[in-house]
Amino acid sequence: MNFDVFTLPFSVGLVFIISYFLAMCIQWIRNLSATERLLLVKGIFSFKTFTSIKEVVLESLLHRKIFRVNPLLGYMHMSLAFGWFMLIIMGNLEARAYNPIPIHPPYYPIFFRFFEPDTGTFKYSVFYEFLMDFLLLFILSGVSLAYFKRFRSMALGMKRTSKLKSWDKWALAALWMIFPLRLLAESFTSGIYESGGFLTGTLGRFFAEFLPVEYLAYPAWWAYSIALGTFFISLPFSRYMHIPTEIVLIFFRNYGIRSSEKINGFADIEVKSCSRCGICIDVCQMSSSLNQQNTQSVYFLRSVRDRSMTKSLADQCMECGRCSQICPVGIDLNTQRYLARRRVHEEFRSDFSYLPDLQTRKTDVIFFAGCMGHLTPSVIHSMKKVLDHAGIRYWFMDEDGSICCGRPLKLAGKAEEAAQLMKKNRAAILASGGTTFVTSCPICLKTFTEDYDLKQMRLYHHSQYLLKLWFEGKIQLEKQMQKAVYHDPCELGRGLGIYDEPRELIQRMMILKEPENTGENALCCGGSLAHQEMSSVQRRKIAFDAAAKLTIDHPDYLVTACPSCKKTFQQASPVEVKDVAELVYAAIQDRGRKTALKSREIAAAEAN
Amino acid sequence: MNKFGYTISRDNQIDYDKVDRSMAAFIEKNEPTFRICIQCGSCAASCSAANFTRFSFRKLCLLIRRGLTDDVQKEVSKCMLCGKCRLVCPRGVNTRNIILNVHQALHKTTVYEL
Repeated sequence: MNFDVFTLPFSVGLVFIISYFLAMCIQWIRNLSATERLLLVKGIFSFKTFTSIKEVVLESLLHRKIFRVNPLLGYMHMSLAFGWFMLIIMGNLEARAYNPIPIHPPYYPIFFRFFEPDTGTFKYSVFYEFLMDFLLLFILSGVSLAYFKRFRSMALGMKRTSKLKSWDKWALAALWMIFPLRLLAESFTSGIYESGGFLTGTLGRFFAEFLPVEYLAYPAWWAYSIALGTFFISLPFSRYMHIPTEIVLIFFRNYGIRSSEKINGFADIEVKSCSRCGICIDVCQMSSSLNQQNTQSVYFLRSVRDRSMTKSLADQCMECGRCSQICPVGIDLNTQRYLARRRVHEEFRSDFSYLPDLQTRKTDVIFFAGCMGHLTPSVIHSMKKVLDHAGIRYWFMDEDGSICCGRPLKLAGKAEEAAQLMKKNRAAILASGGTTFVTSCPICLKTFTEDYDLKQMRLYHHSQYLLKLWFEGKIQLEKQMQKAVYHDPCELGRGLGIYDEPRELIQRMMILKEPENTGENALCCGGSLAHQEMSSVQRRKIAFDAAAKLTIDHPDYLVTACPSCKKTFQQASPVEVKDVAELVYAAIQDRGRKTALKSREIAAAEAN
Repeated sequence: MNKFGYTISRDNQIDYDKVDRSMAAFIEKNEPTFRICIQCGSCAASCSAANFTRFSFRKLCLLIRRGLTDDVQKEVSKCMLCGKCRLVCPRGVNTRNIILNVHQALHKTTVYEL
């Protein structure tokens, strides 16, 4: 058997990381609930396993999502991940082709050139020689991009990269050393034996001319092995733990397992899957508008992993969902914040025993304005008028003030307290026997959809319902030559996936312009209920920046579909801010006026 | 003795030199906007909870300043955290964070950390 003492650092590191990872896997599975474990077992023997394998190749190896952020950044990640993976696979195949014994020690293919410096010719030897050198060159191109990114991250599309802690720097240094050292070690050995491919062979002959390669080769192999060993041993303490964890994450997620109240099950996998790439920093408006670079998801998840999370860090997030949207690992970051807030606000106790049972009315259509809706009376007024105009018999559930839907409490991590409010509201809604529930507030709609268990009802945001009324011919709209820009509220767009209905409605009345940040990449207005510590000055700054970006083409109206967004933008927008419902009401009034004018003209003509 | 329905009311004097300022200090430290409240009552007027019971954020602030911890505990548990007061406040007081901090402070009082 081939053995040399220099392979020990690598072997020790490999054994350590494999046993650590297996122990983690066992712990994760043990911490899953019974239903989640059932999902896991069912999932393994289903088609989902194949989808997961495909996703692992696309995301963990090829890093498709990072390519979408920036092609060069994607290439950097891909060359390291995919290149290294291919290097291991092809190295194993090469070793097997040269020396066809059933089992090699794991270090044999890695240090193949050391053990077999002059392979001579075997089957496909030229092909392997070329391929191994090519893959090494491919990885080295990525490594040099990574060096470059440290100094000029903007060239790779990142304004700010994540700040690293000592373990991360340690692991990073090891990772950066691995491939240059492999190149040197292989080149020196090739230099001695005058073998090697286009890269190592040429370099080897070049070095041999002026360096004592026969003395340098062995230390270089030692250094290569130590770099590998160091990297493996620092893996569990650094961000590179994401490499094995992300694979588990992808499988579990595809089997339908999600983060739940238990923080050490799937939630822990998510926390360890964060690669701290820092892509979430640039999209966060608290970074771009407020110049705050210590509260973003990357740092938040790190603090959860280090167990150094503070109340302040958990609370400082608008939960707009922009980081979840762009996260290449696809971590459910809002749920992570929720779980953290559950812990930091544990001492919060509410007592809602004073709440009466709500009066209910038998009806088919229920309209709920919500707390925020009540702060924008013009939206409520418009909705009432439009519903009356369309001849809808409805019950305005919270006309005399509402019990909060519970979402704000839930955003503060207090699901149990929120449940008390939900119970009251739910009882009143169910008692009315309605089939259609319309709300003006996306924040409410989100919680009504997710937490209220109202399966027998159709839940509508008012933009959806108004569009439905238009399709049914109950309201008529006319297109005006005015320009409007639509702002996607976070909870409506990223939260509930309702993007098209408000747009369709606006297009029937106005010329709709799309701003730069739209749809899934829409900005947050800053009026978020989730951020517990933001001052009013900071809030206004975010609102001003967002409004300026949205109205850059000078539209006539900034249209939104959320009372909270409307209220926030009203103070910040250079153009008039309107809710979709207000536009519809104005259009109906306009039409009514025109008809009245026309009939008066006809009457006058007849009189003459 | 017949009191004809009259009783002696509880002594309600607040001596600001002697009140327990620990909770107010804790909140001022964590949410400095607590200081800038002008007691206008907009928060109380818009409050969702006040629709159903006697609850006022303005009064809560007053109780905190007076150091009446027991009353604060009774009052603060009524808040639904809906955030209307935050939006209507003309001074930009972060009312929701004050409520969250009151809960923290109450917890700290029970474990003798404050």
